[in-house]
Amino acid sequence: MQDKPIIELRDVIKRFGSVQALNGINATIREGEFFSLLGPSGCGKTTLLRMIAGFEDPTDGAIVIDGKSMQGIPANRRPTNMVFQSYAIFPHLSVAENVAYGLKKKKLSKAEIAAEVDKALSMVDLAGYGRRAAHELSGGQRQRVALARALVMRPKVVLLDEPLSALDKKLREQMQVELRQLQQSIGITFILVTHDQEEALIMSDRIAVMFEGNIAQIDTPEGLYRRPVSKRVASFIGVMNFLDATATGQDGTGLSLDIPALGKVTVPPSHVPEGMAAASVQSIGVRPEMLTILFDGKDKAESETTGKVTGTSYYGDMTYYTVALNGVGAPVTVSMRNTAGRSVLPVGSPVRVGWGAESIVLFE
Amino acid sequence: MILGREARQGLTLISPTMIYALLLLAAPLLTVVTFSFWTQDYLTIDTTLTLNNYREAWTQPIYRILILRSLMVSLVVTLVTVLLAFPIAYYLSFHVTRRKALWLFMITIPFWTSYLLRVFLWKVILGYNGVLNSALTGLGIIDEPLTFLLYNINAVIITLAHAWAPFAILPIFVALEKIDRSLLEAAEDLGDGPVRRFFRVTLPLAMPGVIASILIVLIPTVGDFITPRLVGGTDGLMIANMIQIQFGKANNAPLGAALAVSSMVIVASISLVIYLAGKRFGGKTQ
Ligand SMILES: Nc1ncnc2c1ncn2[C@@H]1O[C@H](COP(=O)(O)OP(=O)(O)OP(=O)(O)O)[C@@H](O)[C@H]1O
Ligand SMILES: [Mg+2]
Repeated sequence: MQDKPIIELRDVIKRFGSVQALNGINATIREGEFFSLLGPSGCGKTTLLRMIAGFEDPTDGAIVIDGKSMQGIPANRRPTNMVFQSYAIFPHLSVAENVAYGLKKKKLSKAEIAAEVDKALSMVDLAGYGRRAAHELSGGQRQRVALARALVMRPKVVLLDEPLSALDKKLREQMQVELRQLQQSIGITFILVTHDQEEALIMSDRIAVMFEGNIAQIDTPEGLYRRPVSKRVASFIGVMNFLDATATGQDGTGLSLDIPALGKVTVPPSHVPEGMAAASVQSIGVRPEMLTILFDGKDKAESETTGKVTGTSYYGDMTYYTVALNGVGAPVTVSMRNTAGRSVLPVGSPVRVGWGAESIVLFE
Repeated sequence: MILGREARQGLTLISPTMIYALLLLAAPLLTVVTFSFWTQDYLTIDTTLTLNNYREAWTQPIYRILILRSLMVSLVVTLVTVLLAFPIAYYLSFHVTRRKALWLFMITIPFWTSYLLRVFLWKVILGYNGVLNSALTGLGIIDEPLTFLLYNINAVIITLAHAWAPFAILPIFVALEKIDRSLLEAAEDLGDGPVRRFFRVTLPLAMPGVIASILIVLIPTVGDFITPRLVGGTDGLMIANMIQIQFGKANNAPLGAALAVSSMVIVASISLVIYLAGKRFGGKTQ
């Protein structure tokens, strides 16, 4: 992946009457990257995507695509193509005519158009479907046609607004992988709008998490999961246990904390976010898989605490335990991989829970 | 006859309506068709089957002139009406965001008065001392009242186009409302400007509505007799006036019936051609 920016959003603001949909978005999307806009319903993802496509004008701020300001440039003259949530397949045209729709304007011969269409259709695994009518396609096939129709235009950026939300779970998971592979093989920048955090994690190079018209954090999937900047981001991405904590000091060895539920700990400096003052730490977070139940008396962990099992959920490969730690605060979730020689602990069992300083995320 | 329970239930439900419709529609139609094969013998009817009425209807120049004039008038009326109705329907569907219902309601206002009254109104507007002439003379644009306004084909066309406009607007409006707006965005996204997009997406998808409008206006206007009678003068008479004369003053119902059946067949064929052409242009929509 190159680091050349393909899209720059500078202080982009959008108001619909009195509704402030976006309050100053800043982001740089790099060429060839799979970038996701992730956030709950109504946070402004679609609005932002539509402004990049040219269907809405920003109230203020600038959108730059490939070095050119998009101010006043209509959608039909932007180097972007969109895969609509409803797919927007033209019902009066065949599959091939749909894919060829945008090519008609480029000066290509009939044979060249047919070749491009065939190539695009086989790229999305629909070779031989060209003569079908739009209404003879399944949901997944419509989605592929919409994708082929965008890709055939060789855009700089493909914009996708929740393209998988209309598909059933199985097909959706399959398409997530296929879409990601396709994007990597052709190297075109994709911007995906989704409210499904798992989808964003699986598919993206980088993710922008949005809440109420603001970007809360832009990071790689791993960065978001391991170093969420706020409790809100942390609870939106995966499961996070939050525990009260007070800072007791900060020096070269790290930031010392007193966490009633776990014990005392010093978080190494590399894990303290830049500019975070010790006094401002209010709570910490720890992921369920970063806590371990020490089943065997011989099992060891960096640190350990005690607790009691208050509930279990069995998922086949994993078991999720809720454990009340030290009798302090709300119970935490601990996820454990199931093994051959071990059955699920009954509710009420006293347990030892292991944890480590490096798995702790600090929150203000 | 093997019918499912539901089918039988359905038939029972619609049968009163069906019988009523059959009586009102099929019975007169059958009568007319039967009459057209008989002969008027002064005061009695000779019921020997004959094609003489049709021979006369298709060979006498006067009938051919009247039929052609009727077709010409109704085709022009249809063209004018649909061309005027489309922008109105388009505006309503795409540019009116609030109070759409109110607009639709206003379009139906002309229906609050009777058709006859509306035709008379046009007489008042277009007449020798009518509104239009008075206004134009008053403004000094003309010295003498214009005489080509009333009692000719133009007057028939203007009056009919006005009377049928709401009927043409509504089907087009409904077809436009049904168009998924994201299709228009998709067309734009794929490089189309507004004009290309209109001809490649909006119009083909609105075609069912346009065809419906064309048929709704074309079919009844061919057979209209009130408007040509009141504002058409002698040059503006149409085939329906002749049919009326045959059934009435001329006392030749069989010939009138043959004329009626002939024009019905012609209109039906033209409608079929238009319908098929529209389907072709509209593409493979379901
Ligand atoms: N055309 C519009 N007119 C008025 N308000 C709008 C318009 N479009 C969006 N909004 C408002 O802007 C905000 C952001 O909407 P947007 O559609 O971008 O949300 P979203 O993040 O895509 O949500 P979802 O996940 O539900 O699709 C919402 O509060 C919405 O009500
Ligand atoms: Mg949305």
